[in-house]
Amino acid sequence: MTTETIHRVDARGLACPMPIVKTAQAIATMSSGELLEVLATDPGSTKDFVAWSRTTGHALVEQDEEGGVFRFLLRRK
Amino acid sequence: MGEPLAISLFSGTDDKLNAAAVLVAGAAALGRPVHVFLQYWALDAFRRERIDADRGLAPEAGAEGEAAVRRLRSLGGASWSETLRSAKEIGEVDIQACSLSMDLLDITEADLDPLVDGVEGVTAFWSTAEVGQVLFI
Repeated sequence: MTTETIHRVDARGLACPMPIVKTAQAIATMSSGELLEVLATDPGSTKDFVAWSRTTGHALVEQDEEGGVFRFLLRRK
Repeated sequence: MGEPLAISLFSGTDDKLNAAAVLVAGAAALGRPVHVFLQYWALDAFRRERIDADRGLAPEAGAEGEAAVRRLRSLGGASWSETLRSAKEIGEVDIQACSLSMDLLDITEADLDPLVDGVEGVTAFWSTAEVGQVLFI
């Protein structure tokens, strides 16, 4: 069984556009194919991450929400 | 590379500067080159010595608006200048001071915060704004 390294960004409590800004900063330091998990509480983040993934080409692999915390799993292109 | 965005930033109150900074950061995150032209009261806000000063809100904010912004600040929201610095880290953001406004406000390049990349005239602004969208804030 292989375990993939997952990079993480905790953007809970940050207002728009900082969750996306922190994500862009983090993904720039990663290698192609690596995973990034982002936690956010900004209510606009669901649409923002879908749009950001579509435009930048970094795949949005998973997304869910629990107790007002949104979780996004992205794979660097 | 996305479609370029040009912004003529004229307003110098914290709410409008913040709205502009959020738009710039969002565009930068999507890979759109952003060119910001600082005019009048917006340029005044970029003075190195006073970039963190409280610049008030637009008249339409009213008392309720002021209370809402104070609450956001107390929660540790990023200031407009911090948001712009982040935008420059993640994307292609060029911030230029309008030379006429420099004369009007008696500002020299040495007075300006390092966020400002240079000084240009309106012709240079429109020349780079020939492609893409233009906003006036």
